[in-house]
Amino acid sequence: MKVVVVGAGIVGAAIARELAMAGVSVVVLDRSASAGGTSAAGEGNLLVSDKGPGAELSLALRSLTLWRSLLPEVADTFPSIEYETKGGLVVATTDAGAAALRAFADLQRTAGVSAAEVDGLDYEPDLNSAHTAAIFYPQDAQVQPAIATEALLAVARRHGASVRQGVEVLGPLRGGDRLTGVATSGGDVSGDHVVVAAGPWSGEVARRLGVELPVRPRRGTILVTTRMRQRIRHKVYDADYVGAVGSDDAALQTSSVVESTAAGTVLIGSSRERRGFDERIEARVLSAVAAKALVLFPFLAGVAVMRAYGGFRPFVPDHLPVIGPDPRLPGLWHATGHEGAGIVLSTATGELLGDLLLGRAPRVPAEAFAVDRPTLRPHLEPSPDQ
Amino acid sequence: MSAETPDVLVVGAGPAGLAAADAARRAGARVVLLDAAGDAGGQYWRHLPASRPAAAERVLHHGWDRFAALRGQEVLTDAQVWLAERHDDRPPTLHVLVGPADGSDRVRRTFAPTTLVLATGAYERTLPFPGWDLPGVFTAGAAQALAKAERIAVGRRVVVAGAGPFLLPVAASLVRTGAQVLGVLEANGWRRLARAWSARPAELLSTRHKAGELAGYVRDLARHRIPYRTGTAVVAAHGTDRVTSVTVARLDADWAPVMGSERRVPADAVCVSHGFVPRTELAVSAGCRLTRDGGVRTDENGLTSVPGVYAAGEITGIGGADLALAEGVVAGLAAAAAADPAGGGISAGQRRDRTVNQRFAARLEAAHGIRPGWVGWLADDTVICRCEEVTAGDLRAGAAATGSRGLRSLKLSTRAGLGVCQGRVCGRTVEDLLNRHTGGLLDAGRTETRPLAAFVRLGELAAGADKEEPA
Ligand SMILES: Cc1cc2nc3c(=O)[nH]c(=O)nc-3n(C[C@H](O)[C@H](O)[C@H](O)COP(=O)(O)OP(=O)(O)OC[C@H]3O[C@@H](n4cnc5c(N)ncnc54)[C@H](O)[C@@H]3O)c2cc1C
Ligand SMILES: Cc1cc2nc3c(=O)[nH]c(=O)nc-3n(C[C@H](O)[C@H](O)[C@H](O)COP(=O)(O)OP(=O)(O)OC[C@H]3O[C@@H](n4cnc5c(N)ncnc54)[C@H](O)[C@@H]3O)c2cc1C
Repeated sequence: MKVVVVGAGIVGAAIARELAMAGVSVVVLDRSASAGGTSAAGEGNLLVSDKGPGAELSLALRSLTLWRSLLPEVADTFPSIEYETKGGLVVATTDAGAAALRAFADLQRTAGVSAAEVDGLDYEPDLNSAHTAAIFYPQDAQVQPAIATEALLAVARRHGASVRQGVEVLGPLRGGDRLTGVATSGGDVSGDHVVVAAGPWSGEVARRLGVELPVRPRRGTILVTTRMRQRIRHKVYDADYVGAVGSDDAALQTSSVVESTAAGTVLIGSSRERRGFDERIEARVLSAVAAKALVLFPFLAGVAVMRAYGGFRPFVPDHLPVIGPDPRLPGLWHATGHEGAGIVLSTATGELLGDLLLGRAPRVPAEAFAVDRPTLRPHLEPSPDQ
Repeated sequence: MSAETPDVLVVGAGPAGLAAADAARRAGARVVLLDAAGDAGGQYWRHLPASRPAAAERVLHHGWDRFAALRGQEVLTDAQVWLAERHDDRPPTLHVLVGPADGSDRVRRTFAPTTLVLATGAYERTLPFPGWDLPGVFTAGAAQALAKAERIAVGRRVVVAGAGPFLLPVAASLVRTGAQVLGVLEANGWRRLARAWSARPAELLSTRHKAGELAGYVRDLARHRIPYRTGTAVVAAHGTDRVTSVTVARLDADWAPVMGSERRVPADAVCVSHGFVPRTELAVSAGCRLTRDGGVRTDENGLTSVPGVYAAGEITGIGGADLALAEGVVAGLAAAAAADPAGGGISAGQRRDRTVNQRFAARLEAAHGIRPGWVGWLADDTVICRCEEVTAGDLRAGAAATGSRGLRSLKLSTRAGLGVCQGRVCGRTVEDLLNRHTGGLLDAGRTETRPLAAFVRLGELAAGADKEEPA
C-alpha cells in the first residue's frame, strides 16, 4: 500500500511515522521545508489541563502515553526534543475565576486528569501573591515542537518513508470517482490514499482536491525573553486561557501562558485572533500579551523581550480535530483542525489515522473526529463568502 | 496612544538620514528625525579617527563641512524604533521608545507619518575563523570605536584583516594609539582589485576625491611602513586566554586558503572586517522588497516597493558616506514632495551625484565582495553563532540528522541565531553554511526577519496595553 501525506508539520510527521512503522510505503510532500509551518511557529505545550472531559481530552491523554513511549526512538540519534514533564500550574486571579477553576478541575478529575489545589507560592515563589486559586496538573509536559517534528520525520525515514520538500500539491489525480494521487509542482504522485495534514492550509488543499473543508487560521503571537536564571519552574497560565481556547469570537483575545525553555529563555503566549493569514506583528497585541503575563509574574516587568513570533492555528468551527476518511471522495483522508493543541495531539492523531486506514480497532472514539460529524456537516458546503 | 503625524519621518541620523531630513526641511516639510543613539552622526561620526585635525578631515572627506553643518539640525536622540507595523498601501506605524536604553523611564511614542525615510545603515560583517572567539579578536568597528572614544589600543602587535577599504582608516587610527600594525591583509587578490578599480576609469573621475581619500590612507600606511597585502587572510587565531599568534595564509581568487602557504605570526590582537550587511529589519517589517544582495530595493528617487516609504544610505547597499549623503538628499526631497506636492523637485545635479556614487559602490562590491572559498578555513569546532555557541560541525550535523531544507527548522534544532544578537552577527554566515549542507534552503532570507528591531522590557510593552488602539 502506498500513502501520500500532504504536509511535513508535526501532524504529517506523526502520521508518516505511524504508517511507515506499520510497513506502509509513505511519501510526505511539503511545498516548503519540513517543520516550516505552524509546527515551528508556536509553543510545545503538551497539556491536558486546559481540556474538559470529552473526545479531545481522550485524544490528549492517549497522546501523552504515546509521547512517553516514543522517547527511546528519538533519544540517541537526534538533538534533544526537550521533552519535560514539568507539570502545569493554572492560576485564577479573581474570586469568580477561582470558583470556575475549581469546578472545572472537579470535572476533569472524573475523566482521568490529575489536578490538585495547591499553594501557588510553593510551586512558583515569584508568582503574584494576590492570586485566588492555583491548581497543579502533574501530567502537563512540553517538547520543542520543531525538533519533535523533525524527529518524527527522521523515524519515518528510517522505516522507509520519503520526505519531499519544496513540492506543492496543486490538484487531484482521479481514477473514476476515487482519488488516486495528487498533481504537484514536482510532477504527479500517485498513491492508494492521500492524507491531507496541511495545518491551517488544509482547507485550501482540500479545495484543490475537490472538497470543501472549513479549516481557517487563528492567529497567535508569542514573546521570547532574553535568557535568565530560571525563576519559572512550571508551565503557568491564567485560568482565562480555558475560556479563550473554546471561544468563537474572532476578535483579539489574550490569556497568559508563561514557561521557561531548556535554553533559558521564557516564552510568553499568547493571543488568539481570527484575521486570515495576516502575519503582521502589532504593538497592541504584544502589549496585551505582556500585560497579562505581568499579572502572573510582576517581576517580569524588567525582563527584556528579544523576539516576537507567531503562527496560524488550524481552526475548525466546532473546535475538534478532523481525523479520518472523507466520505465524499474515496481515497482522501484528513488529519487537521488541531487548533492550539496540534503538538500534543499529533501522536494519537497518527495512531488513530493508522488504525482507521489499516483496519485496526481504534483506541479512542473515532466518530467524534469524523469529517461528517453532525457539528461539522453544515460547514462542508462552500460558504457564500468564499 | 494617539500617533504623531509629521509629513516626513526620518529614521537614522547618520549621513543619509541627516541629508534626507535637511533636504525635506528645506523643501518646507514638517520633519521628525530620530536616532537610537545618544548623538547624531551615525557610523561615520563614530568611526572617524579622533585625533585627525579638522583641517585634514576637510581635505580627506569631501563634503566634510556640509556633514558637520547637517549635524546641527534638530534630532530626537535616544529614540529607538522597536516596531514597524506594516500597512502595504502607506508607511508603517512606527513604535518608538524615547530615553536612554538602560534607563527605566523610556517614553512610548507612536508615529504615523505621511512619508517615511529609512536610513538605518548597516552592520559590520565578520566571517568566523578558528579562534575568532578568543579575547584579542575585534571587529574593525569595535577596534575603531575603542581607539577613538577611549583612546585605547586593542593591542601592541596588531593584524588588520578582512576585505574592503574600511580596513585602511582602522589601521590608521590604531597607529595613532601607539599600536604596531603588523600589516593590513586584504582577502582579494590584486587582479580582482585592479579589474574592478581600473574598468571605465572615466567614471571614477567624478568620485576623484574618493580615490584620493583611499590613496591618502595608503600613503599613511606607507609612511608607517605598514605592509598592505592582497590575496591574504588571517585563517586562525591561537592562544589560551587570549590571542598570542595568528595563522596567515594566501588565498586563491575564491578566497580558498592555498595549501602550504600558512605561516604563524606572533600578535596580541586581530581586527577583522569583511564588509557590511544592510540593517533592514524595519524595512522588512514595513513590507519593503530587498535586492539579491540584501539591501532595500529602491527606484531612482529612493522609493521602496511600499508607497510612501523611501530608503537611503547603507540600508540600500554599501557605498560609504558620500553615497549615503547623495541618496539622502534625493530621498528627502522625494519624500517631502510626496507628502506635499507643492514643494520643490530634485535637481539634475542631485540625481547625478547619487548615480555617480552608486557606480562607485558597485565597484566596491565587485572589488571586495565576499567569495565562497572562505569556508575552507573553518574547522568543525569553529564557533559560528557565538551567543548560543553553535559550531560549524553542529550546523552540518543538524542538517544531516533532520534532512530539513528549512532555515527556520534548522535554526530551532541547532539554536544558531536564536540568541541575544538575533543573528545580526552570524545570520548571513549561518544561512550560507546551511545552504551548502542542505543543497539549498527553501526559506532563505528569513534571517532578515526580526519583528522587534530592539529589546523592549515587558513592563514597557505592558504600559501601552490600555492605550493602544488599532492604527
Ligand atoms: C502561537 C501558537 C502557539 C501554539 N502553542 C501550542 C502548544 O503549546 N501546544 C500544542 O499542542 N499546540 C500548539 N499550537 C498549535 C500547533 O502548533 C498546531 O496545531 C500544529 O503545529 C499543527 O500542525 P500541522 O502539522 O497540522 O500543521 P503545520 O505545521 O502548519 O504543517 C502543515 C504543512 O503543510 C504544508 N502545506 C500547505 N499547503 C501545502 C500544499 N499545497 N502542498 C504541500 N504542502 C503544503 C505547509 O508548508 C506546512 O509545512 C500553537 C499554535 C500557535 C500558532
Ligand atoms: C570602521 C569604519 C570606518 C569607516 N570609514 C569610512 C571612511 O573613512 N569614509 C567613508 O566614506 N565611510 C566610512 N565608513 C562608512 C560610513 O560610516 C557609512 O558609509 C555611513 O555611515 C553610512 O551612513 P548611513 O546614514 O547609511 O548609516 P549609519 O551611519 O550607520 O546611520 C544609521 C543610523 O540609524 C540609526 N538606527 C538604526 N536602526 C534604528 C532604529 N531601529 N531606531 C532608531 N535609530 C536607528 C543608528 O543608530 C545609526 O545612527 C566607515 C565605517 C566603519 C564601520
